[in-house]
Amino acid sequence: MPNNKSWIPYLLIAPSVIFLALLFLLPLVQTIWLAVSEGGVPSLANLQTMAGDLNFRLAIRNTFLLTLAVVPIQILIALAMGSMVAKVGAGRETILWIWTIPLGISDLAAGLLWLSILQNSGYLNSLLFNLGVIERQANWLSYQTPIALFFAIAVAEIWRGTAIVMVIIVAGLNQVPKEFREAAEVFGAGRWTRFLRITLPLIKPALQSALILRTVLAFEVFAVVYALGGSNMPVLVGEAYTWQNQNQNYGVAAAYAVLIMVISLAATLVYLKAVKVDPERLP
Amino acid sequence: MKPSLFIGLLMAASLFAGTFAHAETIFLSTQLRPIEEATAVRNVILKDLQAPVEYVVEEPPQFAVRMEAERQAGKHTISLVGALHGELSPIAAKDGFVPLDDLAKELQAKGMPKALLDLGKLGTDKQQYIPWMQATYVMAANKQALQYLPEGADINKLTYDQLIEWGRKMQAETGQPRIGFPAGPKGLMARYFQGYFYPSFTGGVVRPFKSQDAAKGWESFKQLWAVVNPNSTNYNFMQEPLLADEIWVAWDHIARLKEAIASQPDQYVIFPAPAGPKGRGYMPVVAGLAIPQGAPDEAGAKTVIEHLTKPETQILTAQNVGFFPTVDAKLPSDVEPGIAMLAAGVDATQQAPDAVISLLPVGLGDRGGEFNKVYMDTFQRIVIRGEPVADVLNQQASNLSKLMGEAGAPCWAPDATSQGPCPVE
Repeated sequence: MPNNKSWIPYLLIAPSVIFLALLFLLPLVQTIWLAVSEGGVPSLANLQTMAGDLNFRLAIRNTFLLTLAVVPIQILIALAMGSMVAKVGAGRETILWIWTIPLGISDLAAGLLWLSILQNSGYLNSLLFNLGVIERQANWLSYQTPIALFFAIAVAEIWRGTAIVMVIIVAGLNQVPKEFREAAEVFGAGRWTRFLRITLPLIKPALQSALILRTVLAFEVFAVVYALGGSNMPVLVGEAYTWQNQNQNYGVAAAYAVLIMVISLAATLVYLKAVKVDPERLP
Repeated sequence: MKPSLFIGLLMAASLFAGTFAHAETIFLSTQLRPIEEATAVRNVILKDLQAPVEYVVEEPPQFAVRMEAERQAGKHTISLVGALHGELSPIAAKDGFVPLDDLAKELQAKGMPKALLDLGKLGTDKQQYIPWMQATYVMAANKQALQYLPEGADINKLTYDQLIEWGRKMQAETGQPRIGFPAGPKGLMARYFQGYFYPSFTGGVVRPFKSQDAAKGWESFKQLWAVVNPNSTNYNFMQEPLLADEIWVAWDHIARLKEAIASQPDQYVIFPAPAGPKGRGYMPVVAGLAIPQGAPDEAGAKTVIEHLTKPETQILTAQNVGFFPTVDAKLPSDVEPGIAMLAAGVDATQQAPDAVISLLPVGLGDRGGEFNKVYMDTFQRIVIRGEPVADVLNQQASNLSKLMGEAGAPCWAPDATSQGPCPVE
């Protein structure tokens, strides 16, 4: 009897597989072909144009720097937030709800929000001016202030993207059995030891998911950078966008898209290897 | 009885739907896209037209794709297109338009300038499009800036040296760089280099790209940039920083200054861009009306063109969307003061005795974006990153030369005409 119905799982899964194949795999193959062909024949011209472009190295450098600056800070903040909220009894839901508000804001809106704070006639300058710290409007987002611009973008990204990391980590923390911690306490382990030896290893799967998700998203950062820095701080996705829309060279845009995908896949592999998860703890 | 009634209704409905679908003349435009402007076209400009017409808009890249798709499929839905000179030229190059010579003759008799009509031939011997409306780029200044004008400078005859001097003075006296350019990602800075900077300093656009004159021009632009607000690389529409009082002097397309000028006409003056050693470069922006080959409703499209080129419609257009007449039409004296100022600025630019007209790039097909990139990359490297002028010009010239060769684009004014692709000398 059961053998007769062995096709049912496949049938149920078929729509999603077909959907993904049509709307993801097919465009993916087309994009890769677009990147490595010119006029219908295989060619490296697009990749060469990309690598020889004025902004290529800058875009790679900025994207990696931003990822390196943003992801670790987000993980640390999320861990701290998750641990703090674990101790809260009443009002826990409300606190979590407030913390996850940035999740509901699109990244472009987040960029525009920070723009209204940091632009010349923005809230920050008004505040500093009223406090007498500055005498006239200061530029924070121009090409002459690359460090301030980088800092502004990093802050906006951290503000916007930490909530998702926190949600995953809170879910992970909820899975840690209370008995382990109580047992450790009985044996006299301090808070720090308990965190390092019990909590951290037990939330590794959640940590791994959070790291992969956040890093891949960080490599795809665009809207916040575009809103705050325009073309002052080139990043990889921004370059893909510019080649597609401004320069109207779809081949080079596709080359950038493929490069971003390769980097994201590599980062995912690194995390899968580096943050080893005990197979028994896998779902 | 019942079934026949039903069939009768069905037939009536389909007949009605049929006539309805055929009666609409579809007018596709890349201009006047923002919702307020499109509404003005539908409810004001096309209101007195008796024939039914549907005004639809499309972004320029999608417009090109759609026209090409309809041409390849041979299935046409669009009867009339309205687009910029440079957007129409790739389609005309593929023989995509119905010649409009009769209409052109009529309009010339009614006072449309021949020079303008000739632009509509796009280098062929047939009238490809009818000039619909025009605009250009001008400079705008906040009146607070005028007190810092260098001595003896006439704002309508400004030179680059005077502009630099003016900028220095404003920066010294107010402590802030007060000149702005739209060099942001959506700004029209590339047009500044192609239509204003290069013609003013070299008398050309492509040919003298890396000449001595060009090198001198870039040196002088670097001096100017020292007194330009560094936020310029974020500016897209200069009306915004002007209104925010962040800058006092700006260069931009009149449509992108309009909001500031219209809301505070007493606060600003409009004047032509400065002159360099070779004259006062300026780039007219001409939007034209054309009928695609195979248009379902050619006659209807011609009626719409006739309506849009009537002097009274052209005045309505100027009043509502800030594009100026291509026919001889005097704006009424009660026109909004902001519009009147822009019109006067356009006039002063066109009438300047040292004007060097630079047309929009033609014949680049889909390489227009990369053509802009050559100029913007040159600017980025020389001015923003401070790389040596000669090296950058040499490297970018080879990019430009390769691009012109691949696109097979011949020279356009003010460059001398060429056999084959426009050479970089």
